[in-house]
Amino acid sequence: MINFLKFTKVYALLSAIVMILGLYSMFTFGYRYSIDFTGGTLIEYQAPSVIKQNKISVIKKAIGKDSAKIQIHKSTILLRLPSVKDTEEPQLRERIANAVSAKSLIVQRLETVGPSVSREIVRTTAIASLLASIGILLYMTFAFKKITHGLAAVLAMFHDFLILMGTYSIMSHYFGAEFDTLFVTALLTTMSFSVHDTIVVFDKIREYSKVSVKPIATLANQALTETMVRSINNSLTIMLMLIPLAVIGGESIRFFALALLIGTITGTYSSPFVATPLLVFFEKLRLKR
Amino acid sequence: MKRIKLSTIIFVVCLFLIIWIDLPENFHVQMKRGPVNIKTVINPLKINVKLFGKQFTREFKTKMGLDLKGGAHLVFLANMKPVKSADRENALEGTRNIIEQRVNFFGVSEPEVKTIKSGTDYKISVDLPGLTDVTSAIGLIGQTAKLDFRTLGTDSAKVATNTPTFMLLTKRTQLGGTDIKRSVVEFDPDSGSPVVALEFTRRGAKLFEKLTGENIGKPMGIFLDNMPLTTPTVQQKITGGRAVITGGFSLEDAKKLSIAINSGALPVSIKLIEQRNVGPSLGQEQIQKSVFAGIIGLLSVFLFMIIYYGRLGVIASMTLIIYGLISFAIFRIIPIVLTLPGIAGFILSIGMAVDSNILIFERIKEETRKGQGRDLAIRLGFGHAIDAIKDANITTLLVAFILFNPLNWNFLPQFGLVKGFALTLAIGVATSLFTGVVITKRLLLTFYKEKKK
Repeated sequence: MINFLKFTKVYALLSAIVMILGLYSMFTFGYRYSIDFTGGTLIEYQAPSVIKQNKISVIKKAIGKDSAKIQIHKSTILLRLPSVKDTEEPQLRERIANAVSAKSLIVQRLETVGPSVSREIVRTTAIASLLASIGILLYMTFAFKKITHGLAAVLAMFHDFLILMGTYSIMSHYFGAEFDTLFVTALLTTMSFSVHDTIVVFDKIREYSKVSVKPIATLANQALTETMVRSINNSLTIMLMLIPLAVIGGESIRFFALALLIGTITGTYSSPFVATPLLVFFEKLRLKR
Repeated sequence: MKRIKLSTIIFVVCLFLIIWIDLPENFHVQMKRGPVNIKTVINPLKINVKLFGKQFTREFKTKMGLDLKGGAHLVFLANMKPVKSADRENALEGTRNIIEQRVNFFGVSEPEVKTIKSGTDYKISVDLPGLTDVTSAIGLIGQTAKLDFRTLGTDSAKVATNTPTFMLLTKRTQLGGTDIKRSVVEFDPDSGSPVVALEFTRRGAKLFEKLTGENIGKPMGIFLDNMPLTTPTVQQKITGGRAVITGGFSLEDAKKLSIAINSGALPVSIKLIEQRNVGPSLGQEQIQKSVFAGIIGLLSVFLFMIIYYGRLGVIASMTLIIYGLISFAIFRIIPIVLTLPGIAGFILSIGMAVDSNILIFERIKEETRKGQGRDLAIRLGFGHAIDAIKDANITTLLVAFILFNPLNWNFLPQFGLVKGFALTLAIGVATSLFTGVVITKRLLLTFYKEKKK
């Protein structure tokens, strides 16, 4: 048996450092929001001849904005960009014309588009996540017969949420990752994965506490020692799926894969090193009273 | 012995069906070896049967989203003349939200609805993946859906007796679309034809009670966008806040009307000004790259499992392949619109599905360490692992359930990406629960038995 809980302060420090850095970035840099959230400009060009689908990446380079959405249908090019001023458009047109080696492009339309994700959705998603947390708390209280387990699991989930939000903000500032619908999906995935993983560890503690009267800290250490291999193996397999996606997958899902990767790591890390110490703390508190 | 055989047959038949549903579309096969010459086109299962006199056709094909395959691009122009210029932005936003709701209730997932301002024009663009039933969708989107109730005008006595009833109903009441809480399609118990049932809000119920009380023996009409839907004669005072529109609808029309009423009236009237097809927003190479990355990931997981767990790893890999086949078949059956992020999520879920296997294997190893024989270790390991698997998966299903919002409460996501995510999550978890427990156990007991001495 390894005494994992001996280093609780180290884990707390590690989490605190990552979280503070992330929160600092969140409040000073914020995020780069995608056009799905902000809206932008819609431009349509008509080319003299048919343009092949594989020109999309060339056009993207010519525009120089990662967040541009490009669609080609026969000889028309449809662009969605963060706001483009009317005066900037001719330049842009020239660059694209060069990129697809078309003599000239005709502007079919130049319009301002609103966001495709309404505020309503963001708001209701937040409410649903809160409700889901309460649901988790209730179910775990029922399944483990104590509220401490659910509380620790939900707090660990919140920890993972903050870690991912923070690190993504750093990625957004330095590497141009966008806050888009994919990131919302990654957040939700991380949160459900986090609880999923925590329950496996807690289940082991529950099992030991049924047959033993040793103090909770000892039981937790025993459980952590037993489940560590499975935790590492499990997150390793998920990482094996995600790393190729992040490295060689298409550009449009690169940051999504990275966000999921961070989510997997923090989700796995938080079960033994955040949720379990919290559980031990809560249990001790409960017994003291 | 015989029982095992029967379940094996069922298993094989199911697997065969699933693989049939999963077959690639329009896949050309050409083989020539000696006298054998095969040249055929492979296609997934297609059901085409006659049931109770009704033709039932169903194809199991992958529905791809706007990013992978493109779709129909519709642009509507909003008539802002009656709206004050200060309120126009809000009216447009409101219209957008209602349209999104209608499109989603109509059963089109992953649409993109955006507001557009160009010069002084206010427009709304709607992108629908795939191209099925666009005309029907346009009709639904464009419907203003202003519902109101009318009673006999005061001068009705003077009009000739052969005037149609609806022309006599000139007095507009205060009862309208906003007083309706909810509407559903029901079937008339007498004629069996579809009707649209309305459930009023508290205010609506009171008004309706008052109106019906005042108009016993007289006709009353329900009008949609100034066209009469139904003009029944009031038989008695109606309490309880329910009304039924019988308009000789087809089931399709009744459904559309109910969706339109549920989503509310559009604040402004809109007109279709453009309709065309758009190509996919992602290049072919992007898709290929991601699929390639997915395959590499999958192979490394197999490799890892086999290296670490040996023969158990082979069984896990088999389970994973079955997991993939079943989920893909479910995606095609529902059908779920597949987008690139959706595929990435699916790939991730394969990684997560390994979890139950790892849990079970670790428990089996634990039991083996304690000195149990293989058969007993499998059974005990399973029993111990099931508790954790059950609790972990039920929690995830609970999360998916809340995010999916099956009762359509309006303070939770009613449509859009979150619901899509919840559905895929639920399918992933349920399938992995099934394969991880049922199929793994089966495979273990078949291939991992103790050698007979």
